[in-house]
Amino acid sequence: MPETLQKRPGLVNRLYHGNTTFPLIKARKRFYAASLILVLIAAGSMIFRGFNVGVEFKGGDIFSVSAPSNVDIKESRAFVESLGVQEAIVQTVKTSGGDTKLRIETEPLSADQGNKVVAALAKKFGVDAATIDSKSVGATWGDQVTKKALQGLLVFLIAVVIYISIRFEPKMAAAAIIALIHDLVLAAGVYSLTYFVVTPSTVIALLTVLGYSLYDTIVVFDKVEENTRAIEKQSTQTYSEAAELAVNQTFMRSINTSLIALLPVSGLLFVGAFLLGAGTLKDLALALFVGLGSGAYSSLFLATPLLADLKEREPRFKALHQRVIDRRTKGGAAPVRLSQRSSYATPVVAEVASTETAAPAAGPATVVRRPAPQPKRKKGGRPSGKAGKRKR
Amino acid sequence: MARPGQTSRGQLHVGRYLGVLAAIFAILYSTVIFAGSGSSWLKPKLGLDLQGGAQVILTPEAEGGKKPNPAQLAAAVDILRQRVNGAGVSEAEVVIEGDQIVVQVPGGNRESIATVTKAAQLQFRRVVELQGVQQPVTTPTSTTTVVPRASPAVGTPKPTATTNKRPISSGLLAATPSPTPTLTPSPTAATAPDDADLVLSGAVYTPANFAALDCTNPKVRAGGATDLPKQEIVACDRDGSAKYRLAVAKVVGEDVKGANVGVDQATGVEVQVNLQFKGSGQDKWTKLTEEAFNQPPPTDQVAIVLDGVVISAPSIKSVINGDAQITGGFTRKQGQELANNLKFGALPLSFEAGDAEVVSASLGEDQLRSGLLAGGIGLIAVVLYSLLYYRALGLVTIASLLVSAGLVYGSIVVLGDQIGFALSLAGIAGLIVSVGITADSFVVFFERLKDEIKEGRTPRSAVDRAWVRARRTILSADTVSLLAAVILYFVSVGGVRGFAFTLGLSTLLDVVVVFLFTRPLLTWLSRFRWFSHSRLTGFYGPDGGEPSGTAPRKTLVPTTVQEA
Repeated sequence: MPETLQKRPGLVNRLYHGNTTFPLIKARKRFYAASLILVLIAAGSMIFRGFNVGVEFKGGDIFSVSAPSNVDIKESRAFVESLGVQEAIVQTVKTSGGDTKLRIETEPLSADQGNKVVAALAKKFGVDAATIDSKSVGATWGDQVTKKALQGLLVFLIAVVIYISIRFEPKMAAAAIIALIHDLVLAAGVYSLTYFVVTPSTVIALLTVLGYSLYDTIVVFDKVEENTRAIEKQSTQTYSEAAELAVNQTFMRSINTSLIALLPVSGLLFVGAFLLGAGTLKDLALALFVGLGSGAYSSLFLATPLLADLKEREPRFKALHQRVIDRRTKGGAAPVRLSQRSSYATPVVAEVASTETAAPAAGPATVVRRPAPQPKRKKGGRPSGKAGKRKR
Repeated sequence: MARPGQTSRGQLHVGRYLGVLAAIFAILYSTVIFAGSGSSWLKPKLGLDLQGGAQVILTPEAEGGKKPNPAQLAAAVDILRQRVNGAGVSEAEVVIEGDQIVVQVPGGNRESIATVTKAAQLQFRRVVELQGVQQPVTTPTSTTTVVPRASPAVGTPKPTATTNKRPISSGLLAATPSPTPTLTPSPTAATAPDDADLVLSGAVYTPANFAALDCTNPKVRAGGATDLPKQEIVACDRDGSAKYRLAVAKVVGEDVKGANVGVDQATGVEVQVNLQFKGSGQDKWTKLTEEAFNQPPPTDQVAIVLDGVVISAPSIKSVINGDAQITGGFTRKQGQELANNLKFGALPLSFEAGDAEVVSASLGEDQLRSGLLAGGIGLIAVVLYSLLYYRALGLVTIASLLVSAGLVYGSIVVLGDQIGFALSLAGIAGLIVSVGITADSFVVFFERLKDEIKEGRTPRSAVDRAWVRARRTILSADTVSLLAAVILYFVSVGGVRGFAFTLGLSTLLDVVVVFLFTRPLLTWLSRFRWFSHSRLTGFYGPDGGEPSGTAPRKTLVPTTVQEA
């Protein structure tokens, strides 16, 4: 594709080829602020608006009976209440076969009361009692489910912190967990704001989001770790810059990761929301959808900048930062702009056209340099921005 | 590619991986073929929400809201199993999940749930009248006797073992038909009365009820509402071979301290069930044995009634003022069962029905269809995206997904057969979600590959290099995903478990597929010339053109790769 050499490729092209140079870490304050605002909105909604909790949490009975498609909901509600049931919520739902079902949600009933309702419904709609679906949830069941979910959450967080601390390092664990809580709060906040019904399936989905959000973060951190493994042996790049390079290098992978996870979930959401009405699938899918989206965002825009901030506080990286600054001022060279180059463990400073606005001038062909033809230089060599640098 | 030496060496490599995979498939599917039979053959076991039925999650609670201990829980499961199976359901399942007991009755209805959730009622009642019920095959029955436990109790010398060394017919029945003059065939077999009018075991005694009690009907034997300690009742024994008119309950479950199975010290072989009573219960029991002792049969028998059904009716051989032992030619298993029943009856264990659900067959079908539809849509979306983004390599993704699907399906069938894993709607959702995780492993691998090629490597060398790096990432990410699934599995109950289970299973299988299929396949494909065409793969060389190795190479790229 020789034409790409002539003109600067578009964003999609650069994404596809992994040649983005987003200043994600330089602009981190903006992302922090955005995340903070979103989290505050979500938290505020959770506190002041609360959740629309399903029968599974507050206790109650649900009956579902086949009904003619033109069934009168008001009349049906009056009928159910005439059976001595208070506060019945009556709605119609469609089945995947296109039939109409009347869904009746009531306060907790005794078994006898429930049987009475089933018998009456069977008679009214002329169906066999065996075709009526019912669900009955004890009042304390929801508390147990919630308790278990919280227990699970806690155990999971601890396990993950230990795993990431061992596999990577504690600071990465801290950044990953913050990103994770961010995703959880946002997903829960969406439920509060939209007032979608929260069921145990929703809780499961939220717990699954944990796994995904971390999965995504780990893919990025894996690259950050690789790029910074030998970073102290040079003085052309700070930790933040190396991390930013990693994020850019894994940008498309991260988007692909999230997209490919989202695609099947959107299938769930579609079928759950449009074909089935209320049900397990829909309950799962919305939380998954929101959580995954937020997870993709947070691993790129939140977890990595946070990690960079945490790491830059370490004396050795402070020193590195100083070295890099010194070197740039001494050599009179402009601050090294991040370049896209798919190198592993050897972040290479490539040719620099200008500082922040370099991107337009630099197509992939000029920005990306292979180090191979360059003679190997010793550390602390000529501080020219033109020098490709290899370690190891 | 024209490198014969390497090719042959490499081919061996690829063949080995694929061979292992083929072996796994062969083992898995031969298990699948030999597992199961009839309608369930080659099909996964479906959960109740997909096939219709009743499910109830019970939280057992001991006295004072305490959690029951594992032994109590096991005894409770035993009883629940007998309850549902006694109701004529053969495939019902009772399993412990964490603190909860989950009861599933395929094809069950609201009644099945009511049967399961009622509290245990253990009563000791004297037998007033006994009728043997003529069974198609009459087997010899034996007398069960109660004797005091070997103790220095004054005036009650331990009687010698009574005439009961013959095998008993089944279960724990204690019918003594021989000396009874009232041995008559059951009168009510001709008409099949409406269920509502059935006289159930445990009903109040009236001459009419006694006559109408049809112990050959399993529904009758399942027992009914039975908390009538102050009244005489009619009852069947558990296998329906005898029916009783029973006096008021003088001793009840609360009076029982415990029960265990042991061996008669005297003979050393005969299995016996030892029964202990609490302080006040002991007095009541002593009084009851006083009343029954030396009475003409069958009134010398004391029926042990659980949930309105006679589980044993030993004759009293002496006044017992200590622990009692029940003998009757039990097998060890029968003895254990009786002891469990007594323990359970004694257990002040109540069940709270946390979540009871009745799914009609049509809703089950509907949910199954929706689940499959959602999975289909998701899968097609992933396939299209892979083809769009990775072009010809998308085919590798599709092939890998197919292999993965084959492994997952086989595993679910085998697990359904071996450990009773039933696929629920939440389980299907777990599978759908895991499509993302599986496909993502390929994304990680392909993106690495793309990077390597962009850096100037030939596709061939890039595959190996990319694999070393992608492997690390894939393993780390899958570990976290598995961690989530395992923890979710252990803290959840019911459908949620199904979700965690399938998610964990597919994550594990994802590792198998990536290692044994995707990677060898790519290695093999990289030997073909077309693999170097950017238009087919979407991989571009360093200058945005074709990957290295296709055009004349100007520069040699160092391939010094050292990766842990």
